[in-house]
Amino acid sequence: MKQVTLSNISKTYPNGVTAVHPTSFDIEKGEFLVLVGPSGCGKSTILRMIAGLEPITSGDLEIAGKRVNDVEPALRDIAMVFQNYALYPHMTVYNNMAYGLRNRGTSKADIDAAVRDAASMLNLGEFLDRKPSQLSGGQRQRVAMGRAIVRNPALFLFDEPLSNLDAKLRGQMRIEIRALQRRLGVTSVYVTHDQVEAMTMADRIVVLNAGRIEQIGTPSEIYHQPQSTFVASFMGAPPMNLIDADYRGNGRLYLKDGVDLPAPVETGRPGAVKIGVRPENARLVDSEAAGALPFAIDHVEELGAIRLLHGQLAGQPFTVHTSHEHAVPEGTAWLDLQNSTVLMFDGATGARL
Amino acid sequence: MNRTRFLDHLILILGVLFMVGPIVVAFMTSTHDPYEIHMKGLMTSWGNDFVATYDKVLFEEGGFTGKVTGLAMLKNSFILGIGFAVGKIVLSMLAAYAIVYFRFRMGVVFFWMIFTTLLLPLEVRILPSYEVMTRLGLVDTYSGLIVPLLASATGTFYFRQFFKSVPEELLEAARIDGAGPFKFFVDILVPLSRNMIAAIFIIMFVYGWNQYLWPMLMTTDESFFTLVRGIKQILLVWVGAQIPDYNQAFALAVLAMVPPILVVVVFQSWFIKGLTESDK
Repeated sequence: MKQVTLSNISKTYPNGVTAVHPTSFDIEKGEFLVLVGPSGCGKSTILRMIAGLEPITSGDLEIAGKRVNDVEPALRDIAMVFQNYALYPHMTVYNNMAYGLRNRGTSKADIDAAVRDAASMLNLGEFLDRKPSQLSGGQRQRVAMGRAIVRNPALFLFDEPLSNLDAKLRGQMRIEIRALQRRLGVTSVYVTHDQVEAMTMADRIVVLNAGRIEQIGTPSEIYHQPQSTFVASFMGAPPMNLIDADYRGNGRLYLKDGVDLPAPVETGRPGAVKIGVRPENARLVDSEAAGALPFAIDHVEELGAIRLLHGQLAGQPFTVHTSHEHAVPEGTAWLDLQNSTVLMFDGATGARL
Repeated sequence: MNRTRFLDHLILILGVLFMVGPIVVAFMTSTHDPYEIHMKGLMTSWGNDFVATYDKVLFEEGGFTGKVTGLAMLKNSFILGIGFAVGKIVLSMLAAYAIVYFRFRMGVVFFWMIFTTLLLPLEVRILPSYEVMTRLGLVDTYSGLIVPLLASATGTFYFRQFFKSVPEELLEAARIDGAGPFKFFVDILVPLSRNMIAAIFIIMFVYGWNQYLWPMLMTTDESFFTLVRGIKQILLVWVGAQIPDYNQAFALAVLAMVPPILVVVVFQSWFIKGLTESDK
């Protein structure tokens, strides 16, 4: 069942800048959808249009089967968690959570029950009488979550809610938010520029670039089957290696220095292409085996469990991911791309071939 | 933290003496009888006429009409001071709210128009203002005393700057929480501004309390006299060999000084917070 439908939603500001080109996608009931992309890609604008904080230039927005383009934010049955929490500094935690319900005219007893419920769910019970300034970042984040939960909305909206937290807490809150969302079953839209958050939290990811959708898919699809060089390089840390090559239509790809490897797909049109290899899919081989490519190592990053070898393949930067059990090769190593997962993209448009 | 040294204390003590000394002298002098003051000048010792003087100043009906008492003047001063402070705060907060949060035609122009009125203080426009009040029939009324001076460019400017520093997300969160423009103002902005309000209250209260020129022009009825005018009234009777009631003048001066001092002492911590700190 579709909870939210965007049909050709676009946003053009009065100064003529188009932040979001006509965009359509659906959000299933209970789904956790992540909008991800670099800054300025329009992800927050889309979220703010869904929230009603930003007028929609054209297109239709439906929430729970009702067109809500011109409905006030308060009446859209949504709740939003902001990047800087946006807690009311002069109100206690309790009142912060209760404020929205009071404005809706909910009875005192119901408000109290809802607030205490949410507080116990979020381990905020002992902080109800405190002001936001007396709480840590993680606790404030929880209060912001609580404020969203008590309203029991049809839709949660998250606007980069974890970017003000330190790395450790961020990892922890990621899991907490996702667990909470599963438990409550509330449809959620989550905006982030952090691809790790997108990968770990999403049921489905929408990758945006320059106001347009690049790809929609599950984290696994996005990661393993990127439909463009943009998605390939944006998702994954380190990103996918992209190497210029020449496709001559004979089933082989020729790299800059003349070495060649079999093309993963056949297309009719010869021309410049980019080949994409995830660092963990590039296998090192011991010696100059048949079809092995020389890989000149410049720098080794030691990450404990794994090592990242940065170097040059056919004169272009390339990164290989190896296990810590592997000996660190020196100087030139050999790569076997014959038996690795290699993707091919159009050299001009960046689209997957 | 630095260790406080003797010299630091000395400077502070001298500062306190400098500020408090004149008030103490005025108070001490007011407890003596006028003849003694006339002969010996300012006094620093406690006299015998404390009760008599203050009783007379506060409760004896005087003036040309013989109706106005010190207490009535005190009341008038309070009405003026509080009316000023509250009115200016309400008006300038609402003006700043409109300027910052509502997009209306020529908003910026209106703001700068308000701002340039700083160049036109009351003294410059006193005759036109008086004429307007006369035509409205507001001479000898509290409204006439207070209303023409309520528009405050300073207050509007302070509140505008403060509102601009309030994060945008707070407004958006309130919108999602179902707070309309009125609720957002009352539930969120006003409580957030309380330090600012306190700071402006002090400034405006003292300003209103000390008003002299405008009340003198606007009121002819002695029942509207303020303390500041009352002092002058007492000294005016110096004709011929008659000695003015110096003690009463001093007593009135002390009475006129005490409320502003109290307001500053009580509100000072908020005052400093309001002007320096932003707790958001």
